[in-house]
Amino acid sequence: MSKIHVSTTVNGEAAEFLAEPQESLLDALRNTLNLTGSKEGCGSGDCGACSVIIDGRLVCSCLVLAVEAGGMAITTIEGIAEGEKLHPIQQKFLENAALQCGFCTPGFIVATKALLDVNPDPTETEIRYWLAGNLCRCTGYDKIVRAVQDAAAEMRGS
Amino acid sequence: MPSLNYVAPTTVSDAVKILAAASGPTRVMSGGTDLLVQLRSGRLKPELIVDTKKIPGIIGISGSAAEGFTIGAATSGALLSEHAGLVAAYPGVVEATNLIGSTQIQGRASLAGNLCNASPAADSVPAVIVVGGTVTIAGPAGPRTAPVESIVTGPGRTSLAKGEFIVSFHLPALKAKTADAYLRFIPRTEMDIAVVGCGVSVTLDDSGVITAAKISLGAVAPTQVMVDASCIIGTKLDDAALAKLDAAARAVCNPIDDKRGTIEFRTKVAGVLARRTAAIAVARAQARA
Amino acid sequence: MTFIGNKSDLRVVGTRPVRPDGVDKVTGRAVYGADAVLAGQIVGKVLRSPHAHARIVSIDTSKAMAIKGVRAVITAADLPNIPSEEAFVGEGPMNFRDLSLNCMARTKVLYEGHAVAAVAAMTDALADQALAAIDVKYEVLPHVIDVEEAMAPGAPILHDDLFTAGITPKPTTASNVAKKVRFTIGDVEAGFKAADVIIEQRYTTAPVHQAYIEPHACVAAWSADGQCTVIASSQGHFMIRSYCAKLLGIDVAAIRVVNAEIGGGFGGKTLVYLEPLALALSKKSGRPVKMVMTREEVFRATGPTSGAVVEVKIGATKDGKITAAQAVMKYQAGAFPGSPINPGLMCAFAMYDLANVDVLGYDVVSNRPKVAAYRAPGAPISSWAAECAIDDLALKLGMDPIDLRMKNAAKQGSKTVYGVTHGVIGYEEVLQAAKAHPHWSAPLGKNQGRGFATGFWFNIGGESTGAVFVNEDGTVNVVSGSPDIGGSRASMVMMAAEVLGISYNKCQAVIPDTSSVGFTHVTGGSRVTYATGMAVTQAAQAVVEDLKKRAAMIWDISPEAVEWKDGQAVPAGANAGGFDPLPLAAIALKAAKTGGPIGSEISVNAQGAGPGFGAHICDIEIDPETGHATIVRYTAVQDVGRAIHPSYVEGQIQGGAVQGIGWALNEEYVYNKKGLMDNAGFLDYRIPVASDLPMIEAVLVEVPNTRHPFGVRGVGEVPIVPPMAAVGNAIRGALDLRMFHLPMSPPRLRAAVDAAKMPKAAE
Repeated sequence: MSKIHVSTTVNGEAAEFLAEPQESLLDALRNTLNLTGSKEGCGSGDCGACSVIIDGRLVCSCLVLAVEAGGMAITTIEGIAEGEKLHPIQQKFLENAALQCGFCTPGFIVATKALLDVNPDPTETEIRYWLAGNLCRCTGYDKIVRAVQDAAAEMRGS
Repeated sequence: MPSLNYVAPTTVSDAVKILAAASGPTRVMSGGTDLLVQLRSGRLKPELIVDTKKIPGIIGISGSAAEGFTIGAATSGALLSEHAGLVAAYPGVVEATNLIGSTQIQGRASLAGNLCNASPAADSVPAVIVVGGTVTIAGPAGPRTAPVESIVTGPGRTSLAKGEFIVSFHLPALKAKTADAYLRFIPRTEMDIAVVGCGVSVTLDDSGVITAAKISLGAVAPTQVMVDASCIIGTKLDDAALAKLDAAARAVCNPIDDKRGTIEFRTKVAGVLARRTAAIAVARAQARA
Repeated sequence: MTFIGNKSDLRVVGTRPVRPDGVDKVTGRAVYGADAVLAGQIVGKVLRSPHAHARIVSIDTSKAMAIKGVRAVITAADLPNIPSEEAFVGEGPMNFRDLSLNCMARTKVLYEGHAVAAVAAMTDALADQALAAIDVKYEVLPHVIDVEEAMAPGAPILHDDLFTAGITPKPTTASNVAKKVRFTIGDVEAGFKAADVIIEQRYTTAPVHQAYIEPHACVAAWSADGQCTVIASSQGHFMIRSYCAKLLGIDVAAIRVVNAEIGGGFGGKTLVYLEPLALALSKKSGRPVKMVMTREEVFRATGPTSGAVVEVKIGATKDGKITAAQAVMKYQAGAFPGSPINPGLMCAFAMYDLANVDVLGYDVVSNRPKVAAYRAPGAPISSWAAECAIDDLALKLGMDPIDLRMKNAAKQGSKTVYGVTHGVIGYEEVLQAAKAHPHWSAPLGKNQGRGFATGFWFNIGGESTGAVFVNEDGTVNVVSGSPDIGGSRASMVMMAAEVLGISYNKCQAVIPDTSSVGFTHVTGGSRVTYATGMAVTQAAQAVVEDLKKRAAMIWDISPEAVEWKDGQAVPAGANAGGFDPLPLAAIALKAAKTGGPIGSEISVNAQGAGPGFGAHICDIEIDPETGHATIVRYTAVQDVGRAIHPSYVEGQIQGGAVQGIGWALNEEYVYNKKGLMDNAGFLDYRIPVASDLPMIEAVLVEVPNTRHPFGVRGVGEVPIVPPMAAVGNAIRGALDLRMFHLPMSPPRLRAAVDAAKMPKAAE
C-alpha cells in the first residue's frame, strides 16, 4: 500500500505528512516531523518515554498508528513551554533536580501536565499511580514526585 | 514482502464487508495497545488492519443502573472511569479495566480489545463475565448477541467468525443488593500482567445472606474459569465459607509455570484472591439498596 | 594543591543552582544518540544469533546484497582479526579481541543475541528485509548458563583456548573458569577456632541488567579520506574513539567522536557495541549510518551483570568482635572472561577492621551476553551475602546490627584484604548518623520488618581534562572532557565559579568532541566530580594566577603583590598600592594588551580518590498470603566527602538505592530451556515503578577527602551496594525467615512462608 496522507494538529499548529500503515505516531513525530523530544525507550508501551497528549488524553505514541492521527490534536513535549517561557512543571522539574540523564523527562512532563489538567491537587499516592507508566532508572522517583507536588502548588497559586 | 494496509470504515456494514472480503490475515483495531505491540514484535503479521474507531457509537457509554449499560466496543478504560453512573453501578468492571497497563494504556485500551486479544490473564474479562455481560456482534449474517464468556476459546483465539467484530458490550440492569469487585495479583504495584485475576459478583437478601454469586478467575487456566460458588450461597461469607471458597478456587486452577508465576503460587493466590474479592463484593452489596 | 573545601568559605559549592543543560532537557531539545542526524544517513541493523551456543558454519549474504536499496552488508570478515590484548579500563579488565568478537561473532556464537552480521539500507523496512535475507547456517551446540553448571566437569566449553589463570601448574584442559583469584590476610582458621559464634551461609543471585531507559544509539560516518565521525550516547567519547580505532585498526586521530547526551548508563555504556559496526557499514556503503538498538536487543545482547553464588562464613566472639571472615564467590562473566569478581572479593568486608580474611573467587564464562559494568560492579552481589550474614550474626549474638558494625568498623589505618590501608574515611560517622536517625527508632506495624546494611566502594580517579577559558566580556567557558550523565556539568561550573569568584550564571558549560579537548577517561568509578572536577579546579586556579599577573601588569606592580578576592584582583595590603579592585571582566577586556587570551587546559591523572561508605535502613511490609512486598520507608546515609551540588548527590543516592531495591525484589533474567531470554522487555523485566516506592531519604555525611581541592568523594556507586541486604534483612525482620536467593519475588516469599510453617521433617 502506498503511503497515507495525514493532516493533523501538533502543538497547536497544522501538520501534514505521509505515513506507512505500520508506522507509529512516535516514528512520524521523530523522523518525519523532526520532533525528537518524545523518546523511544521500549517500543511496547511499557516505559512512557514516548508519552503525548491526544485530544486531552495521555497516551503512548508508540502504540498509536501514525495514520490514525488525522484530525487529532496532539501535544508533545515541544508544545509544553510557551515559546521562551517554561511551563511551571518544567521549571519545577529543574528547581527540584528531578532529572539526571533527562531521557525520561519529556514523558514525565507530558504525563504530569495530563495529571494536573484533571487533578490540580493530587496526593502523593495519586501522583505515583498516575505516573506508574513512566519509568525512570536514574532518580528513584523521589525528586520527580516532589517536583510534581511543587508544580501543582504553584499552578494552584498556593 | 507483504505490506500492511490500513482502513478506517465509518459504518458497521462497511466494516463487515471489508472484514468478510479480506483475503489475507486481518486484525480489527480498537485502542491498539495489544495489536501494535504484537505487530512490532512480529508475533502478528496482518495484511490488513481495520480500525473501528470512526464508526459512530463504537466509542461511548449509554444507559443507567436501572436500564443496564451499553458500552461501545472501542471505549477506553479512561472513559469508563469518568462515567459516574457506571462507576457506581459496576465498580468491579471499571476497576478491572483500569488496572490494565498504565494511565497511558488506559487512555486507549478497550473492553473489546482486551476480550478479543484473548489472553488468559486479561483483566477486564473475569469482571465482565461475573456481572453477566453480553456483546453485540456485527457480521455478514447480521447482528447477534452472545455472553462474554463464550467469546474466548483459548489463548489468542475467539469464537468470532470471519467478517464478525464486536460492536458493543452490555451490562444488565443492576439487581437489588448486587455488587461486583475485581482484584488481581501482580508483583509490583502497577504495569504487570495479572499473575492471578479474580472477578466476583454477589447478590444478597435483606438479611445479608448471599443468594447468588459468580466468581471468575483469570490467568490460572487457558481461558477464564468459573469457580463453583455454591459453597458461599446461603452464607454471610463467614470464615467457614471463606475457607471453602478458597478451596473451590484452587480446585479449578490449571495454570502454567512461567516468568510471571509458578503453578503452586498461582493456585494458592487464586484462593486468597477469591476470598478477598468476595469480601469486597459482599461489603459493597450490603451498602446497596 | 590547595584545599578549598572548608564549608564556611564556600559561596557556590554546596548550593543548588539549576543545571546548565536543564532547559534543553525539559523541553525535549537535548540531542541524544537516536536524535542525532548526519546528512544522508541510512539505517543500520544487526542480525543476531537465535541460539545460545553454536558454531557458525556459513553465512550467505548474497540475497541481502541483491535487494535494491541495501547499501552494505558486513560480517566479521569486514573487521580486522585482532590479537588478544588486555587492558584495564574504567572499572574492569578488557580484552580487545574479546570485545571485537563480542561486537561481531567470528566462528562461534556464544549467546542468544550475539551479532553475526549487520546491514545498512535506505530505510528501516529495507534493513529488516536485508536481515531476513541473510542465510546463516549454525551447528547448534549444548549451552550452559548457570555458574556452577558452567564450572562442572563435562560442561559445554565456550572457548577452546581458555585455561584457568591463577592455578599452578597451568592447566592444559580448556575450562569455562577464566580465573581463580584469592586475597588473604591473617589466619582465618585460627580466627574461626577463636570464635564463639559462626554463621555459614550460601547466597545466590540472578543476572540483572542496568536497564537504562535509552537504548544504545549512534550515527557514524567514514568518509572517503578515512576521516571518521561518530555521534553517540556513551559514558566516554574517548573510550568510543579508542575502542573503534582498536577494533577497526585505524589511527586514533582519524576518529572524532561527538558526545550526544546519554539516557542512562550505570556502567553499561562504558564499552562499544554498535559504533564499530556503524563505521564499518559506513565505509562499505559510502554513507553515514545510524544504528539504534531496540529494547529487546538491549536485553538480549548487551552486558547485564553477573549472576553469582557467594558462600560466606563469619565468626565472632560473644562480645561481637569478628575474628574471621571467609567467602567463596563464583561470578558469571557471560560469553567472555571479565566478571567483576575482583571488586566483589575486595569489597565484601572492606567496611570492617579485620585481622583474618580469606576471599576466593572464580570468573566463569557461560552462554550469556558478555557482562558489562553495573554500578559498583561486583560489590552489590558480595555485600548482599556478607551483610545478610552479618545481620544473622547480630541476631545470634543478641546485638543491635548497628552496634555490631560499630564494634568492627573500619577506620583510618585499617588494613583491607586487598592490601590497601584506609586513609581518612567516614564509615563510623555514617553508622552514627544512621543510629541517630529517627527512622532507626520509629515503631513498626503489623507484618513489617526493618533491615540495616552497609556498603563500600573504592571510587577511582584517573585521567581527565578540564579547561577554563575567559572570554573578552568576562564570561567564562568551563570545559569538561567527561560526558554529563547525571548533572556533572553543574558541578564543574560550580567549582570553577567558586575558584574564580564569579557568578555561576557567567559560566558556560562545554563538553567538546574528542578532537577538541584533552584525553578523558570513561565516566565510571564515580570519578567525574573527583577527577574531572580536579582538572577543572586546577584550570580555574591557573586562570586566577594568570589574572593576578595581568592585574599586576596593569598596575605595574609585582605579581606577588596581587591577591584574588571575590572575583577581583586586589592589592595585597596597603604597601602594594591604593588601586581599586579589578574585576575579572575588566581584566578580560585588556587581555590582548597584557599577553593575549586568558585560559588554561589541565590534564590530570587524579590520585587519592577516597572510598565511600553507605548505610541503609529499610522498612518493609509483606503480605504473608501473597508474598507481596511493599517498601514502607527507606533511609540511605552516605559519606559524600563534600557535596558540590547536594541535589545531584542526593539524586545519585536515591537512584542507586532504588536500583538495589529492584535487584532485591523483582529483577532477574529468566531463561527458557534453550538458553533464550524469556523476559526481554520492560513488561516482564520488572524495574521499580513510581507507585512501588516511598520517598527515599538521602542523608549526606561529609568527611572531606583532603586530597581533592573541594574534599570530593565519588558518590554514584556506593548507594547500590547496601540495598539488597537491607531489603533481605527487613524481610527477615518481617517474616522471621532468611531468604538466600535474589530476587526475593512474591512466589519465593510465599513459598518460604509456607515452608517455615511445615513441621520439620524427622532427621
